[in-house]
Amino acid sequence: MIEDLIFQLELGLPQVVLGLVNGAFYALLSLGLAVIFGMLNVINFAHGAQFMVGAFVAWMLLNWVGIGYWPALILAPLIVGAFGVVLERTMISRLYKLDHLYGLLLTFGLALIIEGLFRNGFGSSGLPYAPPELLSGPPVDLGFMFLPKYRLWVVAAAVVMSLATWIIIEKTRLGAYLRAATENAALVQAFGVNVPRMMTLTYAAGVALAAFAGVLAAPIYSVNPQMGSSLIITVFAVVVIGGMGSILGSVLTGFGLGLVEGLTKVFYPEASSTVIFVIMAIVLLARPAGLFGRA
Amino acid sequence: MVQDRRSLLMSGAALALVPALAGLPSRGRAQGATSLKIGVLNDQSGVYREVSGPTSTACVRQAIQDSGIAAKGVNVEVVQADHQNKADVGATIARQWIDRDGVDVIVDVPNSAVALAINGIVREKNKVYLNSTGGTTELTGKQCSPNTVHWTYDTYMLAKSTGGAMVKTGADSWFFITADYAFGHDLERNTSAFVQAAGGKVLGTVRHPLQSTDFSSYLLQAQQSRAKVIGLANAGTDTINCVKQAAEFGVTRRGTKIAVMLMFINDVHSLGLTAAQGLVCTESFYWDLNDRTRAFTNRVKGSLGGNYPAMSHAGCYASVLHYLKTVADLGGAAAKADGAATVARMKAMPTDDDCFGAGTIREDGRKLHPVYLFEVKKPEESKGAWDYYKLVQTTPAEEAWRPVSEGACPLVRA
Repeated sequence: MIEDLIFQLELGLPQVVLGLVNGAFYALLSLGLAVIFGMLNVINFAHGAQFMVGAFVAWMLLNWVGIGYWPALILAPLIVGAFGVVLERTMISRLYKLDHLYGLLLTFGLALIIEGLFRNGFGSSGLPYAPPELLSGPPVDLGFMFLPKYRLWVVAAAVVMSLATWIIIEKTRLGAYLRAATENAALVQAFGVNVPRMMTLTYAAGVALAAFAGVLAAPIYSVNPQMGSSLIITVFAVVVIGGMGSILGSVLTGFGLGLVEGLTKVFYPEASSTVIFVIMAIVLLARPAGLFGRA
Repeated sequence: MVQDRRSLLMSGAALALVPALAGLPSRGRAQGATSLKIGVLNDQSGVYREVSGPTSTACVRQAIQDSGIAAKGVNVEVVQADHQNKADVGATIARQWIDRDGVDVIVDVPNSAVALAINGIVREKNKVYLNSTGGTTELTGKQCSPNTVHWTYDTYMLAKSTGGAMVKTGADSWFFITADYAFGHDLERNTSAFVQAAGGKVLGTVRHPLQSTDFSSYLLQAQQSRAKVIGLANAGTDTINCVKQAAEFGVTRRGTKIAVMLMFINDVHSLGLTAAQGLVCTESFYWDLNDRTRAFTNRVKGSLGGNYPAMSHAGCYASVLHYLKTVADLGGAAAKADGAATVARMKAMPTDDDCFGAGTIREDGRKLHPVYLFEVKKPEESKGAWDYYKLVQTTPAEEAWRPVSEGACPLVRA
């Protein structure tokens, strides 16, 4: 009986760690979505595509310009963020007053176009991207499992990034303006704050977060045009469970659901891609605004 | 009234004569006017784009050029379309091609589900289906058709070559990571049978949903089983992600072997040798196998946009080349008129091409040629672009494929 328990633990513990790694990606991506939805009221379906573009920009920087992983971690989000500025200025800013559905349709269409363009340019079976020298090498022995250094770094980077975003939005003056602008844009504008520019930068920041996650993902997953679309549906479920627009909610549920998914992969692997949606259905029945949302 | 009926009868008789005339083996006058249309139907935008896609079309064009069929007075045109890996989309395109556009041959067709749909339609319309990238053994089994040739590979031959060969080298305990749908189950079942027949054991299996992104959890379970081999019974990006993450977790560094049940050289290219080194896989063609395969690759390379031909592309080339030889032999008009008769003639004629060498097509539509087990080179062993494989073992054509007696193909009289 006890041996059995120890065996289950040995089997389960590594999966908890792996779950956290996946949760890190869910958290980072849903964070960007939550920022954009919370501040702009736009459901950014192009988020997966922007995540993918982030990974591709890292690949291009390495293979075309010779810029390695570490600079790419900063440069790629900036480049993709700038692209986000263009998108917001030319298209998305026109949708703020309309129903959510229009934003969803527009960004979904954008996602399809971006993916199609990359598929035409780079094919669909993906490109190799090696982890940086510092983080490659033999996996770290944690006693109960071997964990690649790179995965440890992913968790650390995601936690730091999530915390930083949360602090900026909840604890700084800039964050206060942002939250105020969401409540009543006209009033904030009357106080002399340039609200449209703030919106543009918020969208760019959300997009940059997706690109950041994309660069983080490049050495782990195959860099291919559909890498975003396979993740984005799960991430939307995470956002819904956490509560639309809640920063803290999306980070915590991101990590939490990564864990649940990891454990499902041991005990009933066939359901691992469904379990998050089952949870989503239950949460929506019990708390329609999500676990951390304000109704 | 009488006049009307007579003219009706006359035109009826004339119409009845047309196919009869077309069926005559008239090599002289009729041939000059023949034009054939080949439709390349595959994945142009999804996960199988690199292993089929535009490269297949380029190889078909190469076959037309190499066959010299134009000089024999037969004009061949190529059309292509994207079936998006959906059986219904593929079936609609095939029907339109045949009914409206006058397509005579359908080539390639990755994705077994689509392949089986096309198999049925081509048979119904009595055209020709040259399958290269679809892998299911059903095409030469219960659903075998007098209008179909299955050229390049199938799940049986993959399982036998990779599964059987690895057990012989001492890798006798297996753990499977399987895509949770028909293709994956099929591959896992077939391979398990060969592993067990060779005296090996299957210690466990885990089934993952199609198009998963994270496989670390499954790899860990595989390691915990202490199996010597992890068999990947999946395809496309699932396989690529699996291999990439196995390298990341240092699975192979600690002595565990990874057997990829279905991999094309384009997958190796996308993985990079650092992640792919040491993998074992089966193909029936490799561009650097011998002088003939190199000659073929040099001819076609310029039109592939940087891609290299995999066995799937070579199969498109070779099957169309053999078809066109048959057309030259039968006469264009006769070949156009009767798909089943053309395929029967293809089976009667021995095949020979630069990609697969000399071979034959069996009664059930199975093309027979040798099958090769390759190991992916280490980065330092690779001398240049696309220098990826070293040959581990060759299974001769007589042993590589499922015996006719086990296929239950209704075309074959016991």
